[in-house]
Amino acid sequence: MSLAQVEATTEAAKVGEEGGSLRRDAWRRLRRDPVALVGFGIIALFVLVAIFAPWIAPYDPADRPGAGIVTPTNIPGPSAEFWFGLDELGRDEFSRVVFGARTSLLVGVVALLLGMAGGLLLGILAGAFGGKVDTVIMRVVDVMLSIPGLLMAIAIAALLGRSLLSVMIAIAVINIPIFARLLRGQMLAQRGSDYVLAATSLGVRRRSIVLGHVLPNSMSPVIVQATLTLATAIIEAAGLSFLGLGSPDPRVPEWGLMLANTQRYLASAPHLAFFPGVAIVIAALGFTLLGERLREALDPKYRR
Amino acid sequence: MSATEGTAAERHGVPEPGEPQRHRRAVSAEDTLLTVRGLKVYFPIKSGVFVDRVVGWVKAVDGVDLDVPRGSTVGLVGESGCGKTTLGRSILRLVEPTEGTVTFDGIDVSSLAGEDLRRIRRRMQMIFQDPMASLDPRQSVESVLTEPRRAHGIERGEATTVAQLLDLVGLPASAASRYPHEFSGGQRQRIGIARAIALEPEMIIADEPVSALDVSIQAQVVNLLEELQDRLGLTYLVIAHDLAVVRHIADVVAVMYLGGIVEQAASDVLYSAPYHPYTKALMSAVPIPDPVIEDTRERILLSGDLPSPANPPPGCRFHTRCPYRQPTRCDDERPALRAMAPGHTVACHWAEQIHSGEITPRPSAVVGAVIDAAPPTTVPIAGDPTITTLGPPPGI
Amino acid sequence: MSVTEAAADHLLDVRGLSVAFTRKGRRDVRAVDGVSFTVDAGQTMGLVGESGSGKSVTSLAVMGLLPKRGVRVGGEVHFDGDDLLTLPPERMRDIRGRDIAMVFQDPMSSLNPVVPIGIQVTEVLHRHQDLRGDAARTAATESLARVGIPDPTRRLKEYPHQLSGGMRQRALIAMALACRPRLLIADEPTTALDVTIQAQILELLKELVRDSGAALVMITHDLGVIAGLCDTVHVMYGGRVVESAGRRELFAEPHHPYTGGLLASVPRLDAPRGAPLHPIPGSPTDLLPWSEGCAFAPRCPNRVEPCTENPPALESAGGRELRCYNPLVAAEEVPA
Repeated sequence: MSLAQVEATTEAAKVGEEGGSLRRDAWRRLRRDPVALVGFGIIALFVLVAIFAPWIAPYDPADRPGAGIVTPTNIPGPSAEFWFGLDELGRDEFSRVVFGARTSLLVGVVALLLGMAGGLLLGILAGAFGGKVDTVIMRVVDVMLSIPGLLMAIAIAALLGRSLLSVMIAIAVINIPIFARLLRGQMLAQRGSDYVLAATSLGVRRRSIVLGHVLPNSMSPVIVQATLTLATAIIEAAGLSFLGLGSPDPRVPEWGLMLANTQRYLASAPHLAFFPGVAIVIAALGFTLLGERLREALDPKYRR
Repeated sequence: MSATEGTAAERHGVPEPGEPQRHRRAVSAEDTLLTVRGLKVYFPIKSGVFVDRVVGWVKAVDGVDLDVPRGSTVGLVGESGCGKTTLGRSILRLVEPTEGTVTFDGIDVSSLAGEDLRRIRRRMQMIFQDPMASLDPRQSVESVLTEPRRAHGIERGEATTVAQLLDLVGLPASAASRYPHEFSGGQRQRIGIARAIALEPEMIIADEPVSALDVSIQAQVVNLLEELQDRLGLTYLVIAHDLAVVRHIADVVAVMYLGGIVEQAASDVLYSAPYHPYTKALMSAVPIPDPVIEDTRERILLSGDLPSPANPPPGCRFHTRCPYRQPTRCDDERPALRAMAPGHTVACHWAEQIHSGEITPRPSAVVGAVIDAAPPTTVPIAGDPTITTLGPPPGI
Repeated sequence: MSVTEAAADHLLDVRGLSVAFTRKGRRDVRAVDGVSFTVDAGQTMGLVGESGSGKSVTSLAVMGLLPKRGVRVGGEVHFDGDDLLTLPPERMRDIRGRDIAMVFQDPMSSLNPVVPIGIQVTEVLHRHQDLRGDAARTAATESLARVGIPDPTRRLKEYPHQLSGGMRQRALIAMALACRPRLLIADEPTTALDVTIQAQILELLKELVRDSGAALVMITHDLGVIAGLCDTVHVMYGGRVVESAGRRELFAEPHHPYTGGLLASVPRLDAPRGAPLHPIPGSPTDLLPWSEGCAFAPRCPNRVEPCTENPPALESAGGRELRCYNPLVAAEEVPA
């Protein structure tokens, strides 16, 4: 065997002995991977916090329990009563961060789903039909990729008004070409495989080949990309809100918006920037860790 | 086009596993199952910025005639770039022919379309070279073997069962629930073969069926193919570069070079007395596991490299590397296949003279021991001052 | 005879080489177990085996090219008085290319696709002979010409993808022989090539080895190549050498059932059409675990009781070596 094969033998733990489909193989590999488990743990935490926010947060995010205490020069930091301290209006920062998880999760997931739906549709059409259809779709995708995301977001906000919906749509639109290109590339590669040729020679209908063979084998990188996109969607949503393109309502607990409102207080009340910022980083980190490990687990290089 | 009526009726269904008697269908030269005439497959070479323009053609198959009698095995040999794989695929319309006709059991396959084409695929199947790549890694063996039936809407009771197919190819029934990556290369190839026979085809085109397998496994698969041919009455077109394997399995062998057939003969005849210079070189290049033979045999070495199929040489495509090349006709006139003996055709202008020893190869092209110092038998050819004799014409 | 004296007799003296791949939480995979052989100057040695036999890993171990992590190498590899397995990496780098060179199977992946051929050849000359500039280019042109590449001056500037498969392999051989090594290891050098090109390359190797007096270790699965090229043959199965003999003796009278089985299962060009093939049942990956006996036992028609209890020891007799409890008896007898 070649040197490359020798190296492959020494690196990956071969899971194939126990049999089963490749999905099961990948799942087994992931279960044993500490990094993947950490990522998964973070995501689970994030999701749980988002779902159970009303029970976890002591206060409603719009409440101002510290209204009497807070002054422009004295914004209390973390204390026994208010774990993350108070914000400039006397609201409980902890509650706001917790409810912020809801907003971020919602925005991230919706944006991802919209982006995936659009991107995968274009990708399937381009990958399945090829030829002129493919050329046209890819040129459209090229154009979309060449417009800077930020400009796109501003334009959409200008059209639809400033709201979380605009942010979701903007992020979705940015991601459509990414998924389209990814899926189309995978499908084209799979279409050239021998097993597709074999299915054709058996007389299997083209539609069955595309849907039953090509598409399932093209999905692995898409799944990985979805996980990673969720991570970037959270960051992008925060960024767009920070720039004021999201909901203009200051009561909405969105981490990016919270960061924006604290610019004046960075020196005197750093905890106002710290906690939302760390929350963004950790949430994105969880998805990124899992996504990276997922990619390795699904990589055909380790298949025999 | 309907199902495999003729064969199924004669066979009374699929033979039971373990059936002792083997029946071989009579091979009759008149009963030709597959006829190929003037087949050409040209691939366009495109270039351009926004819109692709065709700037040239890769002539993968450049005018091939072939007959495959029912029940026989025809071997197609050649090296890389000769077009044999493309030929095999274009017969099944996996690649579209540019010109020419393919007639299967009287039906013009090259003009079928849509549903008709799909249905006739039941009768002609393919076995692929790379057993790993030709199986969908996400499909269980059971799914692989039932997909053909499902694709043609055949009821479960009317088709060979998965268990029967696995038994025919020598795999255990437990293989059905497993996935391709759990098997060895030889086993995967058996799965591929089981898939190919699932629909009870009449003809199977085997594209390099054993070259990706270990040496000790190759014999297993070759034997399996032969056994299946006996049991199921199959007709084979075997495409391979391994001459020894083809010699063993085929009745008739055709040798391809750069898109065309250069020689065709019965297997024994081709290997013992080849006419075409390329065939001779090919035969002499194959290593034989016998030191005594290897030490004393003569080898004809070809010079240079294979020309590009996009730019084949004028005249005889082989003349740029031919050790017997002559100053006339070789470089401007493309030789047609001519019959040297019944069932033996050669595409060479000088085939008779080469065979009789009148024309000998350039000495620089021959290596190995000289058999004996026989007196000169050549007629010096004008224009080649280095001609010296080398005894009997090279062969095995 | 002292150890150092014995070692100096042969150019390459491999003793008890073993290579194990270690994996976390799993049993070691022993790719090579107790392999010994010697090669003398000017000699051509063949190493025959299929996948899983350990032949490639053996050559990589000799060259010191195995990965450091996850691999455990044991035994001794004596080359010219030194044990290569104990040499520091810098000395090993000196030896590689200059004294021992290797040619691999797939020329396309062994050559750097983005670097012109000329630079890849002069790189070798630069490293070991400290040639530069014009001197290096001239030497490179000469070595390309020596391997039969036409118009070598022009080829120096070309990239690997511009050459055909046969030319690439010649270029690789040129790189390997540029510094006139004393030992050339060729790992399946012609497997990826067409048969007529293979014949050219094998002739070339024969000629070059003859002219330079180097020793050649030819690793292949093709018995025909061995029959035409090698003086001595070692047959490997499951990481061990199961039989060694001179070329003629091995083919005329194989002793090990695996060797016999291999010879009986390979279709021969000169065999009559109806001659049956006798395959070896099972697959090369059907191996008995190491401690439990002969690796070939699951597939062996000559299997007897001791075969599954302990691995057979190496026995020498009449210039041949064999590991078998129940070898083939007469030359004509081939297991059916």
